[in-house]
Amino acid sequence: MKQLVILSGKGGTGKTTVAAALAHLASKEMPVVLADADVDAANLELVLDPTKVEEHDFTGGQVAVIDPELCTACGICAEVCRFEAAIPDDDTYRVDDIACEGCASCFYQCPVEAIRMEKQTAGRWFRSDTRFGPLFHAHLFAAQENSGKLVTLVKQQGRLLALDEGRQLLIVDGPPGIGCPVISASAGADLALLVMEPTVSGVHDLERILATTDHFGVPALVCINKLDVNPGRAAEVEAFCASRGIEVVGHIPFDTVVTEAMVQGQPVTAYADGVVTEALRRAWEGVKAHLTLKPID
Amino acid sequence: MIIAIASGKGGTGKTTVAVNLALSIAADAQGGAKSDVLLLDCDVEEPNAHLFLNPTIERREEVGILIPEVDYDKCTFCGRCAEVCAYHAIAVVKQNVLVFPELCHGCGSCTLNCPEEAIHEVLNVTGVIEEGQALINAQCSMANSQESRGIRFAHGILNIGEAMAVPVIRELKKRIGEDSNRIVILDASPGTSCPVVETMRGADFVLMVTEPTPFGLHDLRLAVEVARHELGLPVGVVINRDGVGDRGVEDYCAAENIPILMRIPLDRRIAEAYSEGISMVEALPAYRERFVELYRRIAVEGVAKLVSRQEVAQ
Repeated sequence: MKQLVILSGKGGTGKTTVAAALAHLASKEMPVVLADADVDAANLELVLDPTKVEEHDFTGGQVAVIDPELCTACGICAEVCRFEAAIPDDDTYRVDDIACEGCASCFYQCPVEAIRMEKQTAGRWFRSDTRFGPLFHAHLFAAQENSGKLVTLVKQQGRLLALDEGRQLLIVDGPPGIGCPVISASAGADLALLVMEPTVSGVHDLERILATTDHFGVPALVCINKLDVNPGRAAEVEAFCASRGIEVVGHIPFDTVVTEAMVQGQPVTAYADGVVTEALRRAWEGVKAHLTLKPID
Repeated sequence: MIIAIASGKGGTGKTTVAVNLALSIAADAQGGAKSDVLLLDCDVEEPNAHLFLNPTIERREEVGILIPEVDYDKCTFCGRCAEVCAYHAIAVVKQNVLVFPELCHGCGSCTLNCPEEAIHEVLNVTGVIEEGQALINAQCSMANSQESRGIRFAHGILNIGEAMAVPVIRELKKRIGEDSNRIVILDASPGTSCPVVETMRGADFVLMVTEPTPFGLHDLRLAVEVARHELGLPVGVVINRDGVGDRGVEDYCAAENIPILMRIPLDRRIAEAYSEGISMVEALPAYRERFVELYRRIAVEGVAKLVSRQEVAQ
C-alpha cells in the first residue's frame, strides 16, 4: 500500500482540485482510499458527494474550569498562566476556553483546589462512501486546537482500512502551511505531490514546503497549476526543480472549467474532457510511475 | 484600529488585500491624516507580504518558547515533572530526564511543580521575527509629499520542521503596542484553527477575503463562526474574483447580515501583477481610492468595538 499526500505550502493553489482528480483517475485502475487531512476547512467532500456511514466524536485536549463557589480570587491562576486564559471576572476568576491550552498549570497551583480539568469534544470525524472509494474526513470545531492529532487520526483510519481491504493507494489531501497539521499529514507518506502556482509567492512557498518534506524525508514531485498566468515564472520553477532533481509531473493551464466543475460538485476530470483533464491525466501517470519505482513496504 | 484579514480558504487574496489596504491608507495619510500604518504578516508558516512590500529589515529577533532544562545536581528523579506535563514533553527514565522540545508548549508547569527547584527554563528557538520599514511607491502616494512615511512592517518566520506557529504569532503581535491611533493590519494564515484564532484575538474587526465558489463559501462560514461566534468580533467580506462561480457567498452574506465591503473582479492584469510580486495599486492605481474607501467602511463597521476598546484602555 502506498501513501500519497497532496501539499502546497501556500493555500488555494489547487490541492483539492488535484486530489479529487487523482481520486477519480486512480479509482479507475486500482482500489483506493481517500483522506481529507485539511480538518480546519475540509473541501474534498464538496466534490465527491459522500454518503456518511460512520460518525465519531474527536476528543481533543482539556481545558481548565474554575468553580466560582470555591474560588477566593487570589489570582495565582492568572499569575502562572502563560496563555492569558485566566481572567478576573467580578469577584472570581474564569477561564477563556479558547485561550486555554490545557496545560493544567493553574490546576496544580490553585491553593483552594477550585480548578478542575475537563476533556473537550473538539470535533467529529467520518467515514463515508464515495463513487471512487471510502473517504475519511473530519470537522474540527471552530477555534479548537489539536488539529495535528485529528489529522493523524483521519489518516490512520484510512491507512488501516487500506491495509485491511488490500487497497493499493491512500490519497491524502493535505492542509496548507508547513506546521503541525502538515507534519501530521506527511508522516509516513511515500510521496508528496506539491501543487503550486507560478507566482512570486508560489515560488517562495514551494521552497519552504520542499524544505519541510526534505526535512522529514518524504520524496516530492511538483505540479504547476495555472501555468499560463506567468509562463516566465513557470520556466523558472522548471529550472529550479531540475536543479534540485525534482520532477515536474503536472502542467495545468488556467481554465474556468475548474470552477464550473467545483460548482457542479464534481472532480474536473469527471466533469469535462479538455486541456485541464488531459494535463491531470498526465500528472497521474507521472505520480503512478514514481510510486511503482519505490520499494514495497 | 486593529484589522485582521482572514478567509478560511487559502489563496483567496488575503495578502493582496492586506498589502493594498496598507499601501492605500498610508498614501492617503500622507495627504494630512495622522495615522501610522503597521502591517504584521501573521502567516508565519508561509509569509508572503514582504514579497510585495520589499521592506528594509532593521531588526531580527529569534523567538520561541521556554522549555525546561534540568539541574542534575538537584534532581532526585522523583518524576513529578513528567506527571504534571499535559503534553508528555518530559519523561524520567532511570537517572535521566528527557525533554521533547517539539511537544512542549512552554507552560512552565514542570518548573513550578518540581519539589527540588531543579528545573530552570531556556529559550527554544522555533522562529524569527523581522521588522522594518516599507516605502510607499512614489506613484501610490496621493500627495506629492517629499518625506515618505512608509509602512511599519514585521513578519514571523516559523523554522522549517517546527510544528507550532502560535508562539511565533504571539511574539509578533507584541509589536502592536498601545497606540490606538495606529492602524494595524494583521494578515492571517488560511484555516480556522489555532494560528488563525491567535491572529484574530484582540482585533477590532475581521475582514474576510473570499471567492464566490463552493470552496470559498464553505470555508468562509467556518471563519465567520470563529470570528463572530467564538470571539465576538464584527466581520465584513471582500469578494475577490467576483463573477466566477455561483451566488452562494452573496446569499450567505445577505442571510447572515454580513456586509460586502468590496468586490474585486477576476482580472488577468491583477493576476499577472500578483505573479510578479507587484501590488495592485502599483499596477492599477485606480484601486487606491477603492482601498481607502474600503478602510472607511471598515472604520464605520468597526467603530463601536473600537470605542469600547479605548474605554477599557482608559
